[in-house]
Amino acid sequence: MTPILQLRAVKAFYGQSEVLHGIDIAVERGGMTVLLGANGAGKTTALRAICGTVRREGEIIFSEHRLNGRSTEQIARLGIAHVPEGRGTFVGLTVEENLRLGAYTCTGTPHENMQRMYAYFPILAERRRQQAGALSGGEQQMLAIARALMMSPQLLLLDEPSFGLAPLVVESIFALVERIRREHRVSVLLVEQNASLALEFADRAYLIETGYVVSSGSAKALADDPQIRRSYLGY
Amino acid sequence: MHQLLQQIFSGLAAGAIYASLALALVMIYRATNLVNFAQGEMAMFSTYIAWTLVNAGLPFWGAFLITLAVSFLGGMAIERIVIRPVENAPILAAVVVTIGLLLIFNSLAGWIYSYTLQEFPSPFPDRPLFGALMTTRDIGVIAVTLVVLAVLFCFFRFTTTGLAMRAAAQNPESARLCGIHVGRMLAIGWGLAAAIGAVAGIMVAPALFLDPNMMSGVLLYAFTGALIGGITSPVGAVIGGLIVGVTENLVGTYLIASQLKFTVALILIILVLLFRPNGLFGTAIVRRV
Repeated sequence: MTPILQLRAVKAFYGQSEVLHGIDIAVERGGMTVLLGANGAGKTTALRAICGTVRREGEIIFSEHRLNGRSTEQIARLGIAHVPEGRGTFVGLTVEENLRLGAYTCTGTPHENMQRMYAYFPILAERRRQQAGALSGGEQQMLAIARALMMSPQLLLLDEPSFGLAPLVVESIFALVERIRREHRVSVLLVEQNASLALEFADRAYLIETGYVVSSGSAKALADDPQIRRSYLGY
Repeated sequence: MHQLLQQIFSGLAAGAIYASLALALVMIYRATNLVNFAQGEMAMFSTYIAWTLVNAGLPFWGAFLITLAVSFLGGMAIERIVIRPVENAPILAAVVVTIGLLLIFNSLAGWIYSYTLQEFPSPFPDRPLFGALMTTRDIGVIAVTLVVLAVLFCFFRFTTTGLAMRAAAQNPESARLCGIHVGRMLAIGWGLAAAIGAVAGIMVAPALFLDPNMMSGVLLYAFTGALIGGITSPVGAVIGGLIVGVTENLVGTYLIASQLKFTVALILIILVLLFRPNGLFGTAIVRRV
């Protein structure tokens, strides 16, 4: 089966400086792929390159579409949902308005999808009329994921869902993402610092260091690699 | 007592007009963090369009609606052609562009319509009501403003486009990730602001007479209103505009010669900036680093 997303020799730039130096990544249809690496390695930039929020070169192919030259909003409309670093919540709007915005690209009423999200994340149903800025960190992360899923995406890009959250909350969010991935057949590309947790849930992994892919393979193979264990898993 | 109430009511009618223009300023400020110094002159130019249409024999409300539509499209065009190129430029560059727009519209109106005062018809008869406590004109102006506010409120609260515009103003990058065309939302915002300004211009013109400099004073009051309300708050802009209208009227009647009315607005601006820079309802912009 062809991958749902392919990056070929992708470079990305902030202003004049090149941050990604030609990386190749493939995301299997229906699978969960994780990008691992230290702070500043370029993981977030890789996601931003896919969505076109940074300047990029090289080839990015999603299903049968070439993403090069498309604007961020066009890419979203193709069915790529991005939960960005910092969650991208509209803090001044209510929980329900945030979810409605997630379904902005869909025609028809978002009601059914919203009920599904409330079933996955009951806390959001309780807080639907509250300002999103008043939610706790974990609740905001759930809201961000729910908002992304409202567009019924084919591919979900998740940037550090564990950031700033308590370990138990992180576990439950990962379990939910895994469940949603299976039930909705949505492919996931995950960026994560918490390598041991990510390798537990993902089926493929890429290790990025200073803008290069230095290692890749099945999540299990990477988890067993002694050097990766020492540098990233700490045992 | 009777005179006091009378002054308050006519102050509210004037304040309603300032409130509309203040609202236009706030809309653009929220969307682009830009104070549009040309808002008053755009409104003045719209009023000339209405005047032309009325003189061509159109019924008043027909001319009113056409003017709003033309202003909406004109506002969108201005955003596309003039503002977008300086979108990422330093804020001062954008401010200078709006000052340039102010001068262009002022000169253009003077060139096309001349600088002589023109009489502008009022849609409302000027009859005293409730023992001369207020006039039908005051009531009419306030009613039109309230309708505009209600329509705007419903648009932003209940429509998907309104929601998308709020989202785009709040967090443009996130809005793009949701598939929202942020540039289009900004253009619609400018269009709406221009249309609201047109309402203010048309409502104020019968009282002030129409000339290219008609809105300069009104814009000053609208600025004051927007600042009192906190430049980021639409509700604040409306309340601020009303406060300015009433204050201006009362101070002009009881305390000082009415030639000094503008000074009142300037003093209010200074007081707000000194003691409550975020206004009554504004929020300080906090950046998390």
